[in-house]
Amino acid sequence: MSEIPSDLKYAATHEWARLEEDGTVTVGISDHAQDALGDVVYVELPEIDQVITAGDEAGVVESVKAASDVYAPISGTVCAVNEVLEDAPETVNSDAYADGWFFKMQPADVGELEELLDAEAYSEVCEAEEH
Amino acid sequence: MSEQPIPAKTPLYQEHVQCGGKIVDFAGWLMPVNYGSQIEEHTAVRSDAGMFDVSHMTIIDVWGDQAETFLQRLVANDVARLNLNQALYGALLNDQAGVLDDLIVYRLAQGYRCVVNASTRDKVLAWMQQHSGPEAHFEHKPQVMIAVQGPNAIQRLLQVEAVSGLAELAPFYAMHHGAWLIGRTGYTGEDGVEVMLPEAEGIELWRKLRDAGVAPAGLGARDTLRLEAGLNLYGQDLDEATSPLASNIGWTIAWEPAERDFIGRDALEQQRQTNEQKLTGLIMRDKGILRHGQVVHTNVGEGVITSGTYSPTLEYSIALARVPKKAAGECEVDIRGKRKTATLCKPPFVRNGKVMHS
Repeated sequence: MSEIPSDLKYAATHEWARLEEDGTVTVGISDHAQDALGDVVYVELPEIDQVITAGDEAGVVESVKAASDVYAPISGTVCAVNEVLEDAPETVNSDAYADGWFFKMQPADVGELEELLDAEAYSEVCEAEEH
Repeated sequence: MSEQPIPAKTPLYQEHVQCGGKIVDFAGWLMPVNYGSQIEEHTAVRSDAGMFDVSHMTIIDVWGDQAETFLQRLVANDVARLNLNQALYGALLNDQAGVLDDLIVYRLAQGYRCVVNASTRDKVLAWMQQHSGPEAHFEHKPQVMIAVQGPNAIQRLLQVEAVSGLAELAPFYAMHHGAWLIGRTGYTGEDGVEVMLPEAEGIELWRKLRDAGVAPAGLGARDTLRLEAGLNLYGQDLDEATSPLASNIGWTIAWEPAERDFIGRDALEQQRQTNEQKLTGLIMRDKGILRHGQVVHTNVGEGVITSGTYSPTLEYSIALARVPKKAAGECEVDIRGKRKTATLCKPPFVRNGKVMHS
């Protein structure tokens, strides 16, 4: 069973979002997603200052076996990207919820976070996929 | 109610689950894609030894007075060239010289043994039925098949089973050992064997090899290893619509004797004059991963990637691509709308642990 921290919000497309104290939102992919992908070998991140609408492609994560799009869980402007992933993409496998983050956004409307799944609802999405 | 057919399990299924295998449906079989890290499994095979369950592949025994004639008609390579216990790699062609399947044929004392793919089983058995005669018999013989591969594969197998003569077994030769057939064959670009044996002995061998430190390796590692070795995967690099001459397996066609009338020969003779494509290698040292279906722009026209992956040995991306015959040097690959520079090269990329293009 994969790890699903209860303090995060989730998209059904397997991204997590965390509201930081400075008002930005950090985005990554879930433990379930990294496990399904296998060894991550390449990550394509959005551009800083890129304006993204919720549900739009914001990057790509590639494991040895497959490429998978990463979608923005909420709308906003990209204000930071995790450059560590350029040279150490395997960090996504080893630490999906902390050092393996993808990018940070300045949210257009922080209320959009409430429309995302909580840990319980997201765990149901994962379970449904396994059957 | 599900309308999907229930996927099959090999006799080693429980072993995979116990080894922590992540199970996926592959061609109707529940198989391990990895046991944790595909890259670690890949590296184990290149540097030491790994083992694959390939029991899902289709073993077909052929015997009878006309067995040789039958296979000489079906296989584009010539089984009459085989010595006793020798094996060859070849293709089954249709009348248009498209590839129905690729296979290994062993010549044994009692007849021939063919090993074809799992995904093509029904098609190949039907094709054989259509072309067999009263003196050429064939039968699907399910067995456990374990591929033990890597520079230390032979040594590890000898640690768990005293097989006299195994160390001296030549590449592409097979030997009997009790009820086992051991071929010095494989699909990884490394030394090793493929062992075909009865179910209970197969499970025991798997456990003994595991206890001897042979790493279980899944379909994921099998794919990156075969691609580094420049070996084709049926359904991606080979298919019914494409000539073997455009799939880098022209070397498996036995043109002589000229009177041997194998299926697809007439069409193939024409393709020999008209074929304008080749299957070759691509390497991309920039970041990003080459994938099946991406378009390649060469100095003489467009091509397409048939198989692409990240190479764990080289630590950059490699691919097989079908491109115009005269294409060479640098090219550009369209990856999600961006053009990236790659270089055409002759496969293999890695052979016996050594990097071929540096």
